[in-house]
Amino acid sequence: MHKLLRNRKLHLGGTTLALLVLPFVTDLLFGRGWVRIEDFALLYIMLALGLNIVVGFAGLLDLGYVAFFAVGAYTYALLASPQLGLHLPFWIILPAGALLAGFFGALLGAPTLKLRGDYLAIVTLGFGEIIRIFLNNLNAPVNITNGAQGISQVDAMRIGDFSLGRNQELFGFAIPSVHLHYYLFLLFTLLVIFVTARLQDSRIGRAWVAIREDEVAAEAMGINTRNIKLLAFVMGASFGGISGGLFAGFQGFVSPESFSLMESIMILCMVVLGGMGNIAGVVLGGIILVVLPEVFRNGAGPLQQWLFGKVFIDPESMRMLMFGVALIVVMLWRPAGLWPSTRRQRELEATGDAAEQDTVYDSGR
Amino acid sequence: MNLLEVQDLKVSYGGIRALKGISLNIAAGELVALIGSNGAGKSTTLKALAGLLPCQGKLHLQGKSLLHRAGHLRVADGMALVPEGRGVFARLSVQENLQIGAYTRKETAAILEQELQQIYALFPRLKERRNQLAGTLSGGEQQMLAMGRAMMCKPRLLMLDEPSMGLAPLMVEKVFETIQNISTQGVSILLVEQNARQALQIASRGYVLESGSITLSDDAASLLDSAAIQKAYLGS
Repeated sequence: MHKLLRNRKLHLGGTTLALLVLPFVTDLLFGRGWVRIEDFALLYIMLALGLNIVVGFAGLLDLGYVAFFAVGAYTYALLASPQLGLHLPFWIILPAGALLAGFFGALLGAPTLKLRGDYLAIVTLGFGEIIRIFLNNLNAPVNITNGAQGISQVDAMRIGDFSLGRNQELFGFAIPSVHLHYYLFLLFTLLVIFVTARLQDSRIGRAWVAIREDEVAAEAMGINTRNIKLLAFVMGASFGGISGGLFAGFQGFVSPESFSLMESIMILCMVVLGGMGNIAGVVLGGIILVVLPEVFRNGAGPLQQWLFGKVFIDPESMRMLMFGVALIVVMLWRPAGLWPSTRRQRELEATGDAAEQDTVYDSGR
Repeated sequence: MNLLEVQDLKVSYGGIRALKGISLNIAAGELVALIGSNGAGKSTTLKALAGLLPCQGKLHLQGKSLLHRAGHLRVADGMALVPEGRGVFARLSVQENLQIGAYTRKETAAILEQELQQIYALFPRLKERRNQLAGTLSGGEQQMLAMGRAMMCKPRLLMLDEPSMGLAPLMVEKVFETIQNISTQGVSILLVEQNARQALQIASRGYVLESGSITLSDDAASLLDSAAIQKAYLGS
């Protein structure tokens, strides 16, 4: 027992250290561009974890999830840029963005409470598009979002004089801006993971799963299915809002085209590919789907050059092809995702002998 | 005073009236059967009582009107429904299913654990399979689980919707045995069944539902003997 505990501490310490030095090691080995990709991976992990609450826990298929990311990002951009002349600090804007996104989550959830499966998917898909189109067109008659041009010169996140937008010197170390963002995003990601894990093991988490399994039975067990479903939408949306705010502060620029349907699908892929309902799996899915396409983008050209002495296929077009093939292979090979929850694993193992049990028992043991 | 009193209960699906004003009552500790053929409105009655369908009329549990109470609140009031087709949470383990049964309970974990053990004592099969996923259980075991889960709500009135449906004859007998067992613990039961003979054999009273109206109500023994019932439902 003692040994186990020490082992665990060692593990935790090792992971923490690895996460802390990761941007520096990456910078050294692969260049700063990859640290930036790591930042994006963290943002997408937060998004995937938020969507996982809706899709993985409560079983509500949401194809417009990127809308909440957009709400968070535009909240930040509008409250901290020359667009409206406002420059509020990020620790006010981020919670505001999360709240507003949560409100939009309820707005989407309320009219769709009776819908499930494909029907819900269609409505949420429409909702995602509505938000994007609004952002695209809210530049007339009063210019709020600046239309398709987007909002630029968004303030960097700062605490007092310490701005994450510039390289900073800390304890005699020069720490680049991307590294600083990495640490901030890591902090938020860990927070989201913590909250999600606690939710999963709570009474609410159990109620979500019950609704996913059988809504009528859940209601018959005294679960307020309406409120619990709304709560899933609100919680998931607020995570998306936080991620969106961080994205806006990091990029310094937002425009509607960052929030297309393709993004929603990408986030959904992370959840499904990683392992629906399993936090670790979803994190893995997020990392893979951000990093892998970049590897293809940077690796496919040189690889062809090295193999054939000539680039046959443009790496950019090959990237999506390989991505599609990889998705199909994973889904054929591991239908429950790369890292399924233990529950799903048990289920897949158990389905094999279920029929046999049935006959044995019913024939009168 | 009766535990459950229903007067002139009406339910419509769109423009179609599924229940044309039925009245029934159940005394505390009583086991009452509601029998009828396919489409007579048996499941609709249970769903309306459980608050899963909007309805009109009068509906009192222990003298308290439930008509405008949401379905999920009626569980804490003392009503539990075992839905048609059992409705077990297939991808949760047996034990997790039972724990969700106690969702509305405010008692301490120790008391709930004790009740869980009582359920396991009632259904030893469930204890053996407590870590197995509910979806992998046989039909009979799933029915046991659904009943055990409803018992975790600590109901005063347990409503069972076709518990014998799709089960092998031997298993059906076991299910009815269990229902009787639960009844002796003082829980009132409203049993909806197509399997009229077996339902009436364990019930004290019975109602016969025909196309949305109650056409007969009597002691179970008298119903079993009635020529009309025998012809229509008992097939002899």
